[in-house]
Amino acid sequence: MSQSYNRGLIEDFGRWREFSAGMWAWVFHKFTGWVLVGYLFTHIAVLSTALQSPEAYTTTIQSLESLLVVRILEVGLLSVAVFHILNGVRLLFIDLGVGLESQDKSFYASLVLTGAIAIASVPTFLAGVFG
Amino acid sequence: MSTQVPDQTDDESSASEAETAPAAQQRRMEKKRQRAAEAEETRQTEEAEAALAETETYHLKVFRYDPEIEGKKEPRFDDFHVPYHKGMTVLDALMYARDTYDSSLTFRHSCRQAICGSDAMFVNGRQRLCCKTQLSDLEEPVRIEPLPHQEVVKDLVVDMEHFYDQMEAVEPYFQTNDLPEGELEEQRQSRENREKVKMSTRCIWCGACMSSCNIAAGDNQYLGPAAINKAYRFTMDEREGEDMKQHRLEILEQEHGVWRCQTQFSCTNVCPKDIPLTEHIQELKREAVKSNLKFW
Repeated sequence: MSQSYNRGLIEDFGRWREFSAGMWAWVFHKFTGWVLVGYLFTHIAVLSTALQSPEAYTTTIQSLESLLVVRILEVGLLSVAVFHILNGVRLLFIDLGVGLESQDKSFYASLVLTGAIAIASVPTFLAGVFG
Repeated sequence: MSTQVPDQTDDESSASEAETAPAAQQRRMEKKRQRAAEAEETRQTEEAEAALAETETYHLKVFRYDPEIEGKKEPRFDDFHVPYHKGMTVLDALMYARDTYDSSLTFRHSCRQAICGSDAMFVNGRQRLCCKTQLSDLEEPVRIEPLPHQEVVKDLVVDMEHFYDQMEAVEPYFQTNDLPEGELEEQRQSRENREKVKMSTRCIWCGACMSSCNIAAGDNQYLGPAAINKAYRFTMDEREGEDMKQHRLEILEQEHGVWRCQTQFSCTNVCPKDIPLTEHIQELKREAVKSNLKFW
């Protein structure tokens, strides 16, 4: 047996341009999942200010909501959550063996829907921040 | 003009000598014939070259690596320009390159009709069966590499040992406890059951799916799509009986069995025999859950 050459992992994320729909769905699902886990911690941190006093919670929320960055992050959070939900439903159908032939189309559909919902949410999330 | 002067003197001298005249004449004729033949030859090669330049050529970039030769230990890409003919496959082009340009170019191939499964390679960023891939479907330069996630032995040849180990781990052969009465009696399968396993029987063990699978790349113990598909072929075979099905599911539902699959559909996309691999893995997942959730 000759000594063989290990090409390592170069051919994985280095060739993201060639990823198929199913692969992107997997990458996005992982990514949004971790973002949601991260958000959970900040969510708990903000909510737990209510343990000190109701006023502390109100002032924290008010100061956070007055920041433009927070408003933009909220739009991001919504789109991340929406994508995770829609792709989760898609995966549910895949697990049930329904519509495996159109798995790429359902991925694109969930992307488009996510985009539409994110855009539609912009007026709500950014209301009053410039006022 | 000046170049013809010695010729002329030669002619004169040979003409003056009457005896040697026929011999000189012959020699001259011989020379003339030779020159004509040479001219013809160069004209032909020129024409052939011109024809080659006129005919479409395909530019191949082929991965080269040979650990046994000092100068080839460092992996590199070699360029080959192969004349194209209609219906030419990637394998045809590789064979032309090997036969015409570099006989040390190494790759596996056998039947050339997508049955033996020896020539799965990484062509233009995708696992393909070379004998089944038309050059005209590919963008130039056609980049040919050995299958990813398998160790390269030489050039385009990868070590398939691990793949075969995984295939054998699922006991890829028919086994049953309920044998028919007579010794020579056939074990008949219903038409519906045959339809169910039909696609899974098409596997040619080329290893393209295993190579494309992101999970198999990270988890060396994962059975991989091909092995699970093979297990599907026998698990779903009704002739094997209930206890054998249970035995097969026990192999499949282990930690590195069906549950590693994360439905990226990479294997289904690259399978040269169009086997719905993900569908089969998902069905086995459901079978595994069902057999564990039996309350009766």
